[in-house]
Amino acid sequence: MEQNKLTFWRDRVGVIWWFMALACYFFFPDYRAFGASVLVMTLFALSFGLALGFAGIISLGHAMYFGIGAYVAGRLALAGWQEPISVVLISGSVTGVLAIGIGFVILRLSGLPLLMVTMGLSVIVFEAANKATSITGGDDGLSGISFEPVLGIFKWSLDGNVQFLYTLVWLAVVFLIARRLVASPYGLSMAGIRENPLRMKLLGAPVLRRLVIMYALCASLAGIAGALLTQITAFVGLQVLSLETSVDVLVMVVLGGAFSLYGALMGAPVYLIVKYVTQQWNPFYWMLVIGVLLMGVTFFLKGGIAAFLSRIFQNRHTG
Amino acid sequence: MDQLTPAITFILLYGVSFGIVLFVISIGLVLTLGLMRIVNLAHGVFAVLGGYLAFKLPTLLGISFLASAVLAVLLVLLIGIFLERVFFRWLFGMSELEQVLATIGFCFAFIALLTFAFGPNVLATKYPEWLSGNISVLGRPFPVYRVFVMVVGLVILLGLWLLFDHTSFGATLRACVDNQSMAKATGINVNWYFSVAFAIGAGLAAIGGIVGAGMLPLEPLYPFKHLPLFLTIVALSGFGNIKASLVVSLVVGLVDTAGRYFVPELGAFTVFTLLVILVLWRPQGLLVGLK
Repeated sequence: MEQNKLTFWRDRVGVIWWFMALACYFFFPDYRAFGASVLVMTLFALSFGLALGFAGIISLGHAMYFGIGAYVAGRLALAGWQEPISVVLISGSVTGVLAIGIGFVILRLSGLPLLMVTMGLSVIVFEAANKATSITGGDDGLSGISFEPVLGIFKWSLDGNVQFLYTLVWLAVVFLIARRLVASPYGLSMAGIRENPLRMKLLGAPVLRRLVIMYALCASLAGIAGALLTQITAFVGLQVLSLETSVDVLVMVVLGGAFSLYGALMGAPVYLIVKYVTQQWNPFYWMLVIGVLLMGVTFFLKGGIAAFLSRIFQNRHTG
Repeated sequence: MDQLTPAITFILLYGVSFGIVLFVISIGLVLTLGLMRIVNLAHGVFAVLGGYLAFKLPTLLGISFLASAVLAVLLVLLIGIFLERVFFRWLFGMSELEQVLATIGFCFAFIALLTFAFGPNVLATKYPEWLSGNISVLGRPFPVYRVFVMVVGLVILLGLWLLFDHTSFGATLRACVDNQSMAKATGINVNWYFSVAFAIGAGLAAIGGIVGAGMLPLEPLYPFKHLPLFLTIVALSGFGNIKASLVVSLVVGLVDTAGRYFVPELGAFTVFTLLVILVLWRPQGLLVGLK
């Protein structure tokens, strides 16, 4: 009974969320390009939310995969491979395979050491990209990127129509996969590893292998998000690899609520819209707002926006 | 050979002076992590605050640099006590992730406030006359400023060594780090020691921020920009191990300087490669188990 109510609530929030995303498309036609970038970041946040919320992998370096995905897509387009969907899939595979290698080494750690190593790795990748100007364009980034129409039909437009709907479809597909994954036996064993890795090991679960698979999956979704960013902006800059981007995505997920898939869906838009609005006043103003929000969430709103909404909803039904 | 000796001497001198600044700034971080088990990503705030106060007060109050530096450190000490009471203490017992978020939020808010107060650019820092000359080492000029940094570092080291190894305060503090519940059971007011240690850490960070301004320029983004560097030292030092953090700081300072000297195009690459390798090799801290 309780379980049914929860699923019911979740589904309803889901319906409202997707409805609102579509509504934004129709009601704010001037902001479709911005909306598309919000959807990309939402997908990125979803990939991080899976790692953080469901596998308990804390990281300050998730932008590494996002950025590498973005650069792979950019290089492919410049090399002449401009079919958008295959480019996204290739970028996702590259970051996924990379994460398998990295994961086997770093996922032996947890807590603070893991945080340090992920941060260190992402700083190394950033520095490398900064210096390897022949591949990444360095400070100038990669420009002059163009892609073929989606499915050969929908042409990329300046007003962002295609970009918005294209990223929305990608987000929906990834979200459905993620939801299926979380509810699967594999997802449950992930939750077990998050709560008590030692006990899972004693039960005979291959903890490291499962963590690595999850990590690689999340990295590959981050790579997909990065490739999408390249496609909708037709540009790749060093910013995608920076520590700020890693912190941004962490903040989005926690703001929304790390223990629910909807956390990423709510955290990313709220964060980006607050950032967008406050940056109109003063570029540093959003730092104050986001700083206060972060402290507020940790002290007063554990579980983020998703937990807050769920509390309101459940009260209405039980009381 | 003629080229190598001076090169190595200068790497040593520059590396050690940089390492000392890192050490002085990071002690507080190492202490809070060891004592209170708090991952404080906002520690750089105290360093940059000390620096801003020290370089702003002379023109505001008409006092000398030395007087304003002392005043700045004392102010940061008091602010540290206050913040520990109203903010940092409440992070105790939270998960690492929550601590990371709350303190990074604090860091962001502080950066914004600093920008409102002093603008977004790097603060022009001018040390007084007596620090701006050069001395001659092996026939090459070496800044007096770097000598001053090393002297300050040595004085602080000596002070810390006396405080931690030769006073009952230090012994009690070490007891709190090593076994908190046992310390509590013997009637030690652990919370009071936390506050004092936190304030000392904040004050030392302020000193580091002031004397290190010539190497780590003062700007609002300072606490976030140099965070990887400070965290590197903490991660490699292990919980609350001050001696280890001295060794680690010097190693990081030397490797960074040597890396930038021999392969300047790699920039911060060298030092972070070292970080990743060392953390993977010894996740509990570089010197753990080597007493």
